[in-house]
Amino acid sequence: MNVLNFINSFFSDNAHWQGYDGIPARLAEHLEYTLMALGIAAAVGLPIGLLTGHTGRGGNALALIATSARALPSFGLMVLMFILLGLGMAPVMIPLVVLAIPPILVTTYEAMRSVDPAPVDAARGMGMAETAVLFRVELPVALPLILSGLRSAAIQIVSTATIAAYVSFGGLGRYIIDGLYQRNYEKVVGGATLVAAMALTTLAVFWALGRLAVSPGVRRRH
Amino acid sequence: MSELFDLPSDLQNSYFGLVALHLREALIPVLAGLLVALPVAQLCVRVRWLYAPVLWVTTVLYAIPSLAFFVILIDYTGLSELTVMIPLAVYSLVVLVPAIVDGVRSVPQETLAAATAMGFGPVRRYVQVQLPIAAPAIIAGLRVASVSSVSLVSVGMLIGNEGALGNLLNSGLIYNQPRLIWLSVVGTAVLALLVDAALIGLRVLLTPWMPRATRKNPRPLAVKEAAR
Repeated sequence: MNVLNFINSFFSDNAHWQGYDGIPARLAEHLEYTLMALGIAAAVGLPIGLLTGHTGRGGNALALIATSARALPSFGLMVLMFILLGLGMAPVMIPLVVLAIPPILVTTYEAMRSVDPAPVDAARGMGMAETAVLFRVELPVALPLILSGLRSAAIQIVSTATIAAYVSFGGLGRYIIDGLYQRNYEKVVGGATLVAAMALTTLAVFWALGRLAVSPGVRRRH
Repeated sequence: MSELFDLPSDLQNSYFGLVALHLREALIPVLAGLLVALPVAQLCVRVRWLYAPVLWVTTVLYAIPSLAFFVILIDYTGLSELTVMIPLAVYSLVVLVPAIVDGVRSVPQETLAAATAMGFGPVRRYVQVQLPIAAPAIIAGLRVASVSSVSLVSVGMLIGNEGALGNLLNSGLIYNQPRLIWLSVVGTAVLALLVDAALIGLRVLLTPWMPRATRKNPRPLAVKEAAR
């Protein structure tokens, strides 16, 4: 009950809705970090995953990259990048992208590998070019799994971007870190609620994306 | 050599003391998660319709950011180790339940029938047939859970210096000692890789019946591993 009271008083305080430390501003910053990191990670991970998955080569190398990237602690990496590179977007983006690439890369690869070979053969037999096989047959069938990889990447980015506030950056983590220093538990809980809500919204967005983008025939099998 | 690992005295610990603490804070939750996940997964295997809702709950729980989880718990468990370990246990549980369910479900029907025909009761069949065959899947889940657990313990630094090796990050910043930050990042990464290697070794030990190639790389599991 206690926590609910804190949440209520945080959100009903008018001062929390205005200015550079207001909820809309912090939410926008958090969204910016998330979209940028997800965009970079997808731009790196998706093409490599699609290509290696299509040709079926390099799976072991991908698993190795994923394991070592996962072993890197995001929080430590962010602090390290901050002392090496100072203020700027790079210290935030590097750990977030390192965090997001393994799930995108490996899931895309595995999604392409797990496509039923019969329709792919049929497409080739019908005279489809390799790019058409990739984009019009394999990709639509592999899409649900690829989206699940993007989803876990996005959720991990949303939750880890919170930590950027510790090394002086913005985002929703500001409320948690500042609240902890100011011994203002109301602020801490309010910030935590916002981050959790954003993560759950991400989940919902990807669910909706799956409904929209995945062809009904493929969806029925999953 | 000793200078490299010297720490500020306010941490009240040696470097290797922090490493041990880090391992403890990371691995006890994984063990706790495993102990809860085994019966939950068995229930999901037995009662089929239960699996879909359980999967939904685990997905939602996993989406809760660690820092948010920590700070909400402060109100109940204070600034203590427990506040760090409870969320880590929940994340482990969430990774392990699907891994175990998939592993146990992958046991062929004939194998189960053969075990029953040999006079195995349900408990003995579970312990001596289903669990060993599911071992590679369970260990794949354990690998993901423990590596991410090792990485997440550092975040505990933010709630009253409960982050073991993560505490070095704060010391490094306030005393302007990049060496401490390197010690934290490299130490945590090496620890994660060692735990991962130990679990791979455990899998090789537990599954002497698997052919070398599949033992090294059980393909279908990689998707599950990566999706977390």
